[in-house]
Amino acid sequence: MHLTDYEKAMLDGDHGRAKARAMDLLVRYGEALGAERLVEVNNVAGAFNASSPSVKHIADKGMDHVYSELNLDSDEVVEVPHMAVNTCQLITGIDNDNWKLQGASEEMIGAQRAGERFLGRRGVNMFATCTPYQVGNVPVKGEHCAWMESSAVIYCNAVLGARTNVEGKESTGAAALTGRIPYWGYHLTENRYGMHLVQLDVEVDDMMDWGLLGYYIGEIVEEDIPVLDRVSHQPNLIKLKHFGAAAASSGGVEMYHIPGVTPEADSVDEAFGPRKVQQRFRYGPAERRETYAKLQSATEDKIDFVMLGCPHNSLEQMAIIAEMLDGKKISSDVALWVHTPRALKQVADRNGYCEIIEAAGGVVMSDTCPAISRRLPPGVRVIATDSAKQAHYLPAIAKVQGWFGSVRDCVDAALTGTWRGGVS
Amino acid sequence: MSAVTIRGRKVVGGKAAGEALVTRETISGWGGINERDGSIIERRHELVGQSFAGKVLVFPGAKGSSGWSAYFHMTRLNGVAPAAMIFTRMTTKIALGAVVTRVPAVTDLDSDPFEAIETGDWVEVDADAGVVTVTKRADRPKEEIAETSA
Repeated sequence: MHLTDYEKAMLDGDHGRAKARAMDLLVRYGEALGAERLVEVNNVAGAFNASSPSVKHIADKGMDHVYSELNLDSDEVVEVPHMAVNTCQLITGIDNDNWKLQGASEEMIGAQRAGERFLGRRGVNMFATCTPYQVGNVPVKGEHCAWMESSAVIYCNAVLGARTNVEGKESTGAAALTGRIPYWGYHLTENRYGMHLVQLDVEVDDMMDWGLLGYYIGEIVEEDIPVLDRVSHQPNLIKLKHFGAAAASSGGVEMYHIPGVTPEADSVDEAFGPRKVQQRFRYGPAERRETYAKLQSATEDKIDFVMLGCPHNSLEQMAIIAEMLDGKKISSDVALWVHTPRALKQVADRNGYCEIIEAAGGVVMSDTCPAISRRLPPGVRVIATDSAKQAHYLPAIAKVQGWFGSVRDCVDAALTGTWRGGVS
Repeated sequence: MSAVTIRGRKVVGGKAAGEALVTRETISGWGGINERDGSIIERRHELVGQSFAGKVLVFPGAKGSSGWSAYFHMTRLNGVAPAAMIFTRMTTKIALGAVVTRVPAVTDLDSDPFEAIETGDWVEVDADAGVVTVTKRADRPKEEIAETSA
């Protein structure tokens, strides 16, 4: 792989041991990919926390150990300098306020807070959300980024037109210290064109339907680039947030085009550019019903946990949930956790949304989610969620039964303790 | 005893051998595996409940969360990583994951590994040379199969 003089100097240790180890990983990674060179990035979104029980023995040794092993894949423990470029922390394992409800110990939250102080002083901005694009990190079209979090990556590429591959904990750790990432995949224009055409023969408007469509598309195209044709309604941030998260869960979709909506194509022809259409798919009422059925892993109607806010809720979603819960009480047999980024929670507090949700018996959580933390209320057996991504992952991770449905069906389940959702 | 040879491109260097665990389905890292015992946990995956620890994992590649590399990284720290990886679809997830798992890995193979390799075959991976040698399960001594399956 070709390196510039500056990159070679970093690799040789002229700019310190941490950057040398970071460059060593980027070179191994770039060569594994078959990349010809690195590209400069000034926008990194990574995971610098160490809250998984599997890595506690490393976390106990301190943050230099954590960063060296988990963010640089380095056997040598290096002293972590200030980040070289704009860097933010994605979702973490514990809610800094609601950690007791999550069943975390004093020791764990203490370690997370100490880790945040360490990272914060070194320039890692503590967004602590899977949706950095909701709280101030909104890359512009064409901007090269190094982002983790599959639901954020697909949003970054497709909706914003910025350029990132799905990076990992180690590559973002190295990118943050060097401002470099392999020039490969979605950083190159020729890899961003459409591959398969998905024609919509059913109306897709509300958030649940965008989630179902995403889940269907991820299964059929895997990691290829779909182009959506005949979209019946203009989507917005929350719908594309759900669509992308679902497509990146059932498959590995990192890029898509909705001609006229997403920024890199105004027409189907433009979306495919020099490429030919490889496969054509039709998403109609039957595909919609089949996808809905696939997402259900529950057999029992009596539910005990409702999870909303994956990816983390926008204010619009917080307002909808507050409106549905206003003046009501959820079933005493059910726990309701609603997740939103910490920065948006502050606004939701000022608006009174959190007060309404809490008065109804719900909890507004930030910083984490049950799938990431692997922490649910004690004794949970059957969950309901409005997130295709959470419905996909949580039953496997937490060994629970899962219902997927609209936010309205999920709130109804919280109020009654019974799942009554469905699609026509 | 006949052995089949497949050639490919080195992703991560080194040599390793082990019993094959083959799937035509992509694998999720975060949310798809248990990093403490190396087993597949994805509800609708054909290998659900099976462990790849010490096996030569033959699969199309990675899917799902960007935690892929971090979770395979942890399988190495926990001593339950696969012995080697043979995959067909290059992505950043699988490339970074193979690099940090630090096991020999090859891709861009000159024949279809899903035709040539079945679960239970004995597979030697010389990633530096880009050579994969497959001894069919039927051609392996019975006592060796009993030993490696134990």
